[in-house]
Amino acid sequence: MSLMAEPTAEGRFGEFGGRYVPETLIPACMELEAAFREAWSDPAFRAELDELLRSYAGRPSMLTECHNLSAQLGVRVILKREDLNHTGSHKINNVLGQVLLAQRMGKKRIVAETGAGQHGVASATAAALLGLQCKVYMGAVDVERQALNVFRMKLLGSEVEAVHSGSRTLKDAVNEAMRDWVATVESTHYCLGSVMGPHPYPWMVREFHRVIGNEAKVQCADLLGGDPDLVIACVGGGSNAMGIFSGFVDSPKTALIGVEPAGGAAVGRGIPGVVHGMKSYLMQDEYGQVLEAQSISAGLDYPGVGPEHSYLASIGRAKYETVTDPEVIEAFQVLARTEGIISALECAHAIAWLIREAGRFQGQTALINLSGRGDKDVAQMMDILEPELAAGGH
Amino acid sequence: MGRLDTDFRAKRDAGRKLLVPYVTGGLTGWQDAVRAAAANGADAIEIGIPFSDPVMDGPVIQEASLRALTAGATPVSILEEARDLDVDIPLAVMLYYNTVFRFGHRRFAELLIASGISAAIVPDLPLEESVEWTRAADASDVDTVMLAAPTAPDERLPRICARARGFVYSVGLLGVTGERDTLASTATTLAARLKKITDVPVIVGVGVSNAAQAAQVCAVADGVVQGASVVRRLMDGGADAVGDYVAEVRVAIDAVASAAPVAVITA
Ligand SMILES: Cc1ncc(COP(=O)(O)O)c(C=O)c1O
Repeated sequence: MSLMAEPTAEGRFGEFGGRYVPETLIPACMELEAAFREAWSDPAFRAELDELLRSYAGRPSMLTECHNLSAQLGVRVILKREDLNHTGSHKINNVLGQVLLAQRMGKKRIVAETGAGQHGVASATAAALLGLQCKVYMGAVDVERQALNVFRMKLLGSEVEAVHSGSRTLKDAVNEAMRDWVATVESTHYCLGSVMGPHPYPWMVREFHRVIGNEAKVQCADLLGGDPDLVIACVGGGSNAMGIFSGFVDSPKTALIGVEPAGGAAVGRGIPGVVHGMKSYLMQDEYGQVLEAQSISAGLDYPGVGPEHSYLASIGRAKYETVTDPEVIEAFQVLARTEGIISALECAHAIAWLIREAGRFQGQTALINLSGRGDKDVAQMMDILEPELAAGGH
Repeated sequence: MGRLDTDFRAKRDAGRKLLVPYVTGGLTGWQDAVRAAAANGADAIEIGIPFSDPVMDGPVIQEASLRALTAGATPVSILEEARDLDVDIPLAVMLYYNTVFRFGHRRFAELLIASGISAAIVPDLPLEESVEWTRAADASDVDTVMLAAPTAPDERLPRICARARGFVYSVGLLGVTGERDTLASTATTLAARLKKITDVPVIVGVGVSNAAQAAQVCAVADGVVQGASVVRRLMDGGADAVGDYVAEVRVAIDAVASAAPVAVITA
């Protein structure tokens, strides 16, 4: 059996996962689980989703071999180009699946949380395409640092609400989206943006992103004649990582590496806890108060992690590493200069880890999930880098 | 069974409507507010243990939680302060599950009893996830109040009631805590569904916002929780404002009790 099989009936991966939500939401989670199970085994639903992924999102996403960076690092570097999907990141895979499902369930409205705004933009896009109302909750700090994405969501016809509670980032946006859902559950689907939350979300979102790993497995067989030595992905909630890991988790020769920001390292610095409907590694204090994450990347600024990552970490199948903000800023520039690719800050974490650790993997092959493009981050990077570029640095 | 369970059944059977004010622990003046509520006709108090991510709470209780946390309140400091309350009614804590989980189930249940708390309400711990906690709670005679929501199918309600100790918390509306201008119709319809199937006291909370709404609810239910309306008064007016408000609600629900015959339950 695959290491990435279905969770237990209670939604557990090992000891992690579950369904820790207010009683009001229990019937909705059960209904969603049943609807997903039914749809996922219906060839007509699968065909409809596949067609949207092909003709609307632009799948399959290609592999790009980074010849220049490979020569520089002594490691053969291959990118899985999720950045080239419509709306600019992997998030569209999950959103098209969930919004199709919501439509099939007769829901008229979706709510979503967003950090970097990529999941919000994808949700707004799918809602526009499939004719649902959409409201996106976004922490006030992120509204400011990802202003371009806020405008994109509005342009797509969605309402965006800035969340001023708590750390005013992703975790608080999730709280507010859940509060909305508790009040509107009869008409509304909560379009959760990562492999987190109560059962069935971690499983369902992973299944919608499995397409990344399935494609990459075949593409690697063509390009490399087999599986890579390393598969590397950044981890916020963990959806892009789960997607690409799914293709290689049962391949014993392939090491799976999840890269967390040093300031938001749920696996690296957390201990098991319960928040947002799931039991998983969580950054928290001695009384169980959730700590605020701190990362340059809005999409990874989250103190928790999806429960299946906690499981893979606990059995040692995947390793979770951290990189610092300065390492990420450097990697962002290295990829731009050596390969002509401006990456999102999130997946620049994966690049940064490989740049730092390349010495240990000389002559090996590394597949990196390039989960998104950097357009949304250019303004933020300009503030940080322009003084340096103007002063003739580099 | 703990003290909340015996107390509430006896009072309900004697025809009294049960009044449960909620006070956020650690908020300035919270102990005086509890005493004022007890002196003005509360039958039990829910002490809120503030959590960083209170997903079931609206703006008023979020604000109260934040103020308490900013002032340095912790579960331990609040439970220590609870020992000094010296009120003669049962006390319950309302808290999110991670607080319990972080302490450890047994250790937390024992700490509650040692602090003079006889019951716990954990709104993000539904039936399916509750086994570890209820095993520890039962062993220490901590009553675990279970929540029932308007969205529950008929099949689910008897299982919730069977696990409820003290009372079953009948969630008044689809939504989070906070005051509303009018009482949602779900408040009385769910209470009526529950009353038909259980002899556990049925108390309505969430969205019951003033004395008139409390009376409306008590025409069907055995009692009422007053949350945001109490906490707002504590933040704006202090403990005396809480005492006055509890007295007002007491009068309103006593009028309902004397107007209606005591319901005989044979479930
Ligand atoms: C490009 C990109 N990558 C990664 C993430 C992090 O999410 P996850 O860990 O679920 O892949 C985000 C989130 O906003 C993102 O925009």
